[in-house]
Amino acid sequence: HLATSLPLPSERDHLRPRIDMVVFMIDIKSKYSLKNVETSLAYVDASFFLGKVCFLVTGVGRVNACSIETNAVCKLAEAYCSPVLFCELELEGIRAATAQRLLRMLQICAGHIPGVSALSFVSLMRNSNVD
Amino acid sequence: MMRHGAGSDWSVRKAGAGSTGASEAAGPRRVRRSRDSAHRCPLSEGSEHSSERTHSNSPGRQPAPHPSARTRPRFPGGSIMDATVAEYIRRTVLKMPKDEIKMMLQKWGFLSEAQLQTLNFHQIKDNISHEVVQLCEENSADIKQAAALDIIYNHIYQNKRMWSVYQMKKSGEEDEYFDIADFKKKFKRRIRSALKNVTITFKEYEDNAIWIRVAWGTPYKKPNQYKPSYVVYHSQTPYIFISASMLKSNLPLLCQALIVASNYHDIREMELRSHSLNSLKDIVFKRYSQNFETYTPKPLQGGNVEPENADIRIIHENGREKERIHRLNQEAFGSGPQPQLEFAQYKLETMFKSGPKMDVLDKKEPFRCLVKFSSPHLLESLKSLAPAGMADAPLSPLLTCIPHKARNYFKIREKKKSFVSP
Repeated sequence: HLATSLPLPSERDHLRPRIDMVVFMIDIKSKYSLKNVETSLAYVDASFFLGKVCFLVTGVGRVNACSIETNAVCKLAEAYCSPVLFCELELEGIRAATAQRLLRMLQICAGHIPGVSALSFVSLMRNSNVD
Repeated sequence: MMRHGAGSDWSVRKAGAGSTGASEAAGPRRVRRSRDSAHRCPLSEGSEHSSERTHSNSPGRQPAPHPSARTRPRFPGGSIMDATVAEYIRRTVLKMPKDEIKMMLQKWGFLSEAQLQTLNFHQIKDNISHEVVQLCEENSADIKQAAALDIIYNHIYQNKRMWSVYQMKKSGEEDEYFDIADFKKKFKRRIRSALKNVTITFKEYEDNAIWIRVAWGTPYKKPNQYKPSYVVYHSQTPYIFISASMLKSNLPLLCQALIVASNYHDIREMELRSHSLNSLKDIVFKRYSQNFETYTPKPLQGGNVEPENADIRIIHENGREKERIHRLNQEAFGSGPQPQLEFAQYKLETMFKSGPKMDVLDKKEPFRCLVKFSSPHLLESLKSLAPAGMADAPLSPLLTCIPHKARNYFKIREKKKSFVSP
């Protein structure tokens, strides 16, 4: 399901299946995008933040067009205990790789992979710079 | 610059050609001939000229016979073409893209088809331009023809220039029959009565556009052909499009001549500027697709927003919001292509209001603000802001009013109205 902001329109509530994962897409070229995500986060139930939320930052290939600092995004992700992925949608290879990663994460969140739960994503949170 | 070297009185450094050395020569120096007439006879000059010409075309400094020198018939009388005219024609040809030179020369019509056949368009542009100048010498081109060639180039590449729009006002009488000959006569007379050293050229096009090229001089100097002003006038409208040269001081005279010639009594500059002349015409002649207010009570079904992909597994949760944005956009911009503008400028003449904590002087205004939006195609990019999720719909009327108000320069004053149009 694609949505431009939360909360989701209530008239379709009955048509929606169970939501296993929420990916917030932030366009690094648009401050508006970050603001939108920040306001939408308030509408997500707390239980999702146990590994079922992920931030996806797009447009990182165009270095000259960055409007948001990656620092700001990383701080946001840390505050919400969720991992961040960076990608560039305009490059086919990266697009496909990112989609595969998300799909893998979704499989885990939905419980399709025995022995691995969404809680283990917390290991993605460990900052490799810090010892 | 002229040096009288030992072997060759034609030793001149060709400006901007990137070539150096005493062996360089260029035809335009011909005008000096008269001072040294004791040493020359036209015949030898003719041959000297063509042999000199070879120096400039060869990569090394070795003189090599110019390929055209053998095939072109010698012109015995020497040419009476002015040096400045020759140089101007040469530079105008150099501006043209190589594969368009032939077409433009044909449009020009000054060189015969037979002469054009003798030109080799597959050599470097430098050589082509020299050959063209030689042919022009055979036909004794003067500044009028050179100016006509310049108009042709600028008509095709009109979007390289920046155009401003002016509006004329009539004193109230109805339009009389427009007589183009009368217009030209009055225009020339008015300008020449103030300034003798001008070159004025007219050209009419099929869309009722009259192109006027004016090269300005001073009472003591001949007109500068390299910085002319261009005026485009559609006789059935009160609008004038001017691409001014650097010499802004001649603008009042130009405006005066225009209103005198076209029987109007006043002219004012509109706050509308762009590189795209056609777009400016579209805006003032209202030729772009405008929206008309339609009061449909309910938006249409989701069908009018084009589906991004046919994959039915993707569900767009915010379909209604997208429809709303699309509808508002249509109302604001219409559904057709937008006129092409490169920028919109907003000058804020409002007071700078600082918060109580800021330590800025509240006695004087510390800042004045100028907001400028630039884009290769401003209106299309504004139109795509809301659908792309980068701005809220509806957009500010300050942005959407640009084509309707026919202006892209605004002054925003304090709130009595939201903005003031002078």
